[in-house]
Amino acid sequence: MPRSDTSTAGEQHYFGAALLNPDLPLPEGIVGPHGKKAQKRFAVYRNNVTVSLVNALADIFPAVQRLVCEGFFRDMARFYVAKEPPVSAVIFEYGGGFATFLEDFEPLSRYPYLADVARMEKAWLAAFHAADAPPLPPDTLAAIPAEQLADTRFTPHPATRIIRSRFAAVSIFSASREQRPLDGIRPAIAEDGLITRPFDAVEVRQLPPGAASFLSALIAGKTFGEAAGLTMTGYPDFDLPAAISAMLEAGAFSDCFAGQPTTEQTP
Amino acid sequence: MTQSAPTSPIVAASRFPDGPLPPRAGAGLKTEHIDAILADDYRIGFLEVHAENYMGDGGPPHRGLEAIRAEFPLSVHGVGLSIGSESGINPDHLERLARVVERYEPAMVSEHLAWSSHDAGYFNDLLPVPYNDQTLNRVVAHIGQIQDRLKRPILLENPSTYVAFEQTTMSETDFIREIAQKSGCGLLLDVNNVFVSATNHGWKPLHYLRDFPLELVEEIHLAGHAEDTDDEGDPLLIDAHDRPVSDAVWKLYEIVISQAGALPTLVEWDNDVPEWPVLRREARLADAILARLGPTSLLGSRHAAE
Repeated sequence: MPRSDTSTAGEQHYFGAALLNPDLPLPEGIVGPHGKKAQKRFAVYRNNVTVSLVNALADIFPAVQRLVCEGFFRDMARFYVAKEPPVSAVIFEYGGGFATFLEDFEPLSRYPYLADVARMEKAWLAAFHAADAPPLPPDTLAAIPAEQLADTRFTPHPATRIIRSRFAAVSIFSASREQRPLDGIRPAIAEDGLITRPFDAVEVRQLPPGAASFLSALIAGKTFGEAAGLTMTGYPDFDLPAAISAMLEAGAFSDCFAGQPTTEQTP
Repeated sequence: MTQSAPTSPIVAASRFPDGPLPPRAGAGLKTEHIDAILADDYRIGFLEVHAENYMGDGGPPHRGLEAIRAEFPLSVHGVGLSIGSESGINPDHLERLARVVERYEPAMVSEHLAWSSHDAGYFNDLLPVPYNDQTLNRVVAHIGQIQDRLKRPILLENPSTYVAFEQTTMSETDFIREIAQKSGCGLLLDVNNVFVSATNHGWKPLHYLRDFPLELVEEIHLAGHAEDTDDEGDPLLIDAHDRPVSDAVWKLYEIVISQAGALPTLVEWDNDVPEWPVLRREARLADAILARLGPTSLLGSRHAAE
């Protein structure tokens, strides 16, 4: 017989909590057929949820998994799944807090670069799924008269991401993704990475000193002159022509506008 | 232009080939199969995608699906709308589904009788609901909301389940029939789910099919299942989608087709995905059954008459 309406309010709350915590008892009202037990039956859902989300994390963070080994990664991912289940049904968006989780995960405290490798992987996947747009043709920039260049602003390509790391996150990410050994990489050397997708393939580059500051300023809507000025202050040796050719080659921007005063704040 | 000679509106309206899913075998689309499918002399009847995999704004997934959609009928199958959810349909997720549907103009859109999201998050699994008036009203309201937004009817799929609820007051088949009648949705009959749930709950699959409103079924799903045991040591089947369709499910499928007529039939294989020829072999088995039993079926004339 149906129970009163109030008894079913929030049923799924308890069902969901018991899915993520195997120490909790079965949710009220969950039974097997014909008086059978439901322990192993409910465990099928627990297993489906955990294994599918651990698999999703392994798909999203293959470089981290390779660095810590599969068994360790899967055990650790179970903790993360229970702590931070996805908020969206679009599973390739899962794992936004995984880098921070790695930073705080005690057994990995000797490998502080892993969090930034995870950030590289999230940026890589975001670039992979970002909106399509043609990259800025070099001719467009070349056509801007020299006297207007300082006032030129750039529209970031939807795929463009910059990761600044206190560690050699770009070299470690690339070596792990390409299944190369980490020989010769000194983890404590800071690196900046530029992730783009000018056409269909995601590209990852290590940026020379200062370039990340310059590109971040352009992405934030600063003019070419402002971005260059800010960067020169912090990085006296900043190689501006090298940064420009890198950003064009990478397709970091999709458009540029000379001499137009903008009141809008580009995100 | 306000006045024009009568022309076919279809030609102008669609970026893609138009038309319904054919009453043939289709396959669940896997990225790694796209080139093989496009190059194959065997033309699969249609392809089906999980909507959530195409909810990104752009990139390679869309390039692959555009190439497929240019040549084949498409079905969009949602796995994340959480139609049975107590916390309602997520409007953002519904918008994202609508964008996929607008982008690819699929012949069919379907979802599950299940829930997967709650306040705590998204569980990435199809979770069961009790069959009673309260759930019925909730599910009907949610399907109405989805169909209003998509401006088309959807198909609802029968679930595979492992547990039962004390709160259940009606049979699964009555529950599904009533949802369809009240919401106007069509039905997707997953024959593997029938077999899995029947085994797990001690129903007879043939009784389930006898009670199921076959006249509302517009698509069939077939898949492989794994075998485990329950607390009492009896068989507990898992809807694993990781192997060929079992002989028992093929037999049930033959019964469905001989009664309902030829229907678009999807072979699903989502885990341990094999090379395309293995999936194609499963599709050809379904094609052969459709060709053999479809024309002589009890309800066989209904599709031709439409």
